[in-house]
Amino acid sequence: MKADVEPRPVPGRSSVAPGDVLLSLEHVSLSFGGVKALRDVSFDIRKGEIRAIIGPNGAGKTSMLNVINGFYHPQEGVITFKGKRRHDMRPYLAASQGIARTFQNVALFKGMSTLDNIMTGRTLKMRRGILSHMLHWGPAQREEIRHREAVERIIDFLEIAHIRKVPVGKLPYGLQKRVELGRALAMEPELLLLDEPMAGMNLEEKQDMSRFILTVKDTFDTTIALIEHDMGVVMDLSDRVVVLDYGRKIADGSPAAVQGDQAVIDAYLGVAH
Amino acid sequence: MTSMRASQTVAPTGDDALDTLPKLLLRNATRHGQRPAIRHKDFGIWQTWTWEQLLDEVRALSIGLRKLDLKRGDTVAIIGDNRPRLYATFAALQCLGAIPVPVYQDSVAEEMAYVLEHAEVKIAVVEDQEQVDKVVSIADRLPQLKKIIYDDPRGLKEYDANNLHAFADVQKLGREEIGANRGAEGWWLDEIGKGQGADVSVMLYTSGTTGRPKGVMLTHANIVISARNGNRFDGFGPDDTLLAYLPMAWVGDHLFSYGQAYAAAMCVCCPESPETVVEDRREIGPTYFFAPPRVFENLLTQIMVRMEDAGALKRRMFHAFLRVAQRCGEDILNGKRVGGANRLLYALGNFLVYAPLRNRMGFSRTRVAYTAGEAIGPELFRFYRALGINLKQLYGQTEASVYITLQPDGEVFSDSVGKPGPEVEIKIADSGEVLFRSPGVFLKYYKNEEATHATKSPEGWVHTGDAGFFDQRGHLKIIDRAKDVGRLNNGALFAPKYLENRLKFYPEVREAVAFGQGEDFATMLVNIDLVSVGNWAERHGVAYASYQELAAHPQVSEIVRARVDEMNKALAEEPQMAASQIKRFLILHKELDADDGELTRTLKVRRSFIGERYAPLIKALYDGSRVCQVATEMTFEDGRKGVVEGEIAIIDMAVHPARAPQPLREAAE
Repeated sequence: MKADVEPRPVPGRSSVAPGDVLLSLEHVSLSFGGVKALRDVSFDIRKGEIRAIIGPNGAGKTSMLNVINGFYHPQEGVITFKGKRRHDMRPYLAASQGIARTFQNVALFKGMSTLDNIMTGRTLKMRRGILSHMLHWGPAQREEIRHREAVERIIDFLEIAHIRKVPVGKLPYGLQKRVELGRALAMEPELLLLDEPMAGMNLEEKQDMSRFILTVKDTFDTTIALIEHDMGVVMDLSDRVVVLDYGRKIADGSPAAVQGDQAVIDAYLGVAH
Repeated sequence: MTSMRASQTVAPTGDDALDTLPKLLLRNATRHGQRPAIRHKDFGIWQTWTWEQLLDEVRALSIGLRKLDLKRGDTVAIIGDNRPRLYATFAALQCLGAIPVPVYQDSVAEEMAYVLEHAEVKIAVVEDQEQVDKVVSIADRLPQLKKIIYDDPRGLKEYDANNLHAFADVQKLGREEIGANRGAEGWWLDEIGKGQGADVSVMLYTSGTTGRPKGVMLTHANIVISARNGNRFDGFGPDDTLLAYLPMAWVGDHLFSYGQAYAAAMCVCCPESPETVVEDRREIGPTYFFAPPRVFENLLTQIMVRMEDAGALKRRMFHAFLRVAQRCGEDILNGKRVGGANRLLYALGNFLVYAPLRNRMGFSRTRVAYTAGEAIGPELFRFYRALGINLKQLYGQTEASVYITLQPDGEVFSDSVGKPGPEVEIKIADSGEVLFRSPGVFLKYYKNEEATHATKSPEGWVHTGDAGFFDQRGHLKIIDRAKDVGRLNNGALFAPKYLENRLKFYPEVREAVAFGQGEDFATMLVNIDLVSVGNWAERHGVAYASYQELAAHPQVSEIVRARVDEMNKALAEEPQMAASQIKRFLILHKELDADDGELTRTLKVRRSFIGERYAPLIKALYDGSRVCQVATEMTFEDGRKGVVEGEIAIIDMAVHPARAPQPLREAAE
């Protein structure tokens, strides 16, 4: 009776074939004054994988994500995205190229509804100007309907229909995280950066979120880089793991390999430096 | 024995020749083809199918199922939330003479296994991945199960597709057959024509609080005639709308959202998800609504909480007009004479408060709302009726195709379940058990001759298992489960739950336990409600340090005494219950608690356990002593145990003389 709709992959979005390198960082260093946040870090993210970035507190994980989406500019190193070397990156440029992210501390518009928050994720895809949207007529209206449909698919996918019209400030934390993921997905990103998507969640919420992340990878055709502290989640979800400690890369490889790495164990258990 | 018969006679019309649900579908598609048959909110928008479209969907599915080798008499499980496709599956199966078996969607795999195995289902039509997983996990115990058909394909891509089919694919199979084979449609219509009223239309498993669930077999005639009677009783027609949100495996939903909807060509609306029901109801504005009392209770709580957050002006307006509504709202709804000033005030209140409130709750267009399943508090009942919502009560069972009694408009009371429904006969056995006979009486329990014989007599009388009586208004009152009803020494009926429920409706009373079986008179242990009585103590400057101290306070005893007296007075007016007036009671020094085994985990009183545990107290209630010393062990939240000691006063009550009963209007035998 209803049309069978799966979240649709966006056709012809990327020239990068699955398994090829989507984003690479070579010898990236970042410092704030005398503080070295990242020192000579190199790794890559391949198309279609879930790449975890882990490490103890202050290891530089969030700085890494900020570098990837253009918020921080590394003093040294080369970043290549979809085969093109990046210069002078800005977050909105990164966004328009297909990089979306969520934040460690949920960064939503608290007074706006779930629906409106996710709708903001479509802003970059809107073509009509402010004036025609204010008149809400003809092409502008058609455009809004099209974007609303995309947003409704995401609401359906994330199972948040019941909070569609609730201001997000009133929602429990776990749901806010889900809304934030929804907003990132609304951009139909090629690379999705998730900064601690499970922080502060209970077991059931974590299971739900894991299910969503896996489905996003499969059906939205999205590559995912995530920071996470819950080792169980990291080991289950990710294809490859990179480990940072004091701004340095100390390990890189499959979850199992990283788990047994002596340097990683030392970093987590604490060894005199 | 007393017995009652419905006074309504039913005028047959030409439509009564349509004796099965698929035939009603064909009629609706012809006569109401362009009218909405079913709606579902999907992707934030209400999607609508007309009767013509619904017929098309049903036909495609039905012929597709035939291609999957479904035969007359096969059973098919339907598992999921209320979805248009699952409702269409009922009709598609019945067109071929197959029997749908809806299963509670939230049952765990283990419970589901029993039903699917017992019903020998050949195909399971399920909503989504969750249900597919459940059925797959028990598939090795179900040798008859050949195929699983799912509605929502999300997450099912990677599954082994061998015996797993998408709903749309089955319909495609049907459509291809219709396209390729010119005779397919005619054959299908012939199959519908072969169906008869006496055929089994559906098998509903009763959730069964004791023992294994039983498969109640209902015929097309059961459903169609009950549906028609229900529709005539409240005047439902093609302009009516209802929201389908209760489990599809429950007889009420089957009759309302499927039987009555088909019989009256009503529009059925399926909510977006179980969490969005309130919002969806507001958008749809159903004209017919059913809910168990707890739904109405939650709704009232939500409103009260939100009103407390509102501005001072709004809050005062709300409370002021609520008082007006309490004073005259129910009389206005019942069509009684009400003074001009009150009418004016009520009209103003309607404009300012009641109508917006009804809109908020989704009752703007509600002509009839029913509640059933358990006793509803009089305050709660009156609240909705005072706002102008025609909330009524009914009493029914799966074995009756729902209707046994209903409250006619203008004869609505919070303490009765109404008069016998159309074509329903009721008699009360000497034991107090309610028996009924009607066109809705089930055929039999599936593969359970023993239970069938125990429940249904050869003359068609069905034992409800409930005890009740007719009051002087000719209304049935249900008092307790028949097996819990006992006798006092003077032979009068003693129904403990009836007494307990009555007292528990008072806010000061949290829990009550009645005793009297095999005694000379009835007594009670009472638990006060700490929130309500604590609040009272705060307002009246009564200091207390513990629950025990508050419970023993003389003023608190006085409050409870007044409540028990009110109840006794009301009992005196009921001939069958007058002897059960509470002669002596005491207020317990501790709260009854599931941790101490006094309540079940679902918070029901374990009467016999309490009887043993508090044996000295009960002895004191009957031996005439004024006070009683107790020491009771109790379990604290953290698992430690302690002993509460104290002296409990026993309070004597005056017994009111029983009022002479008015003669029953239609008493027979």
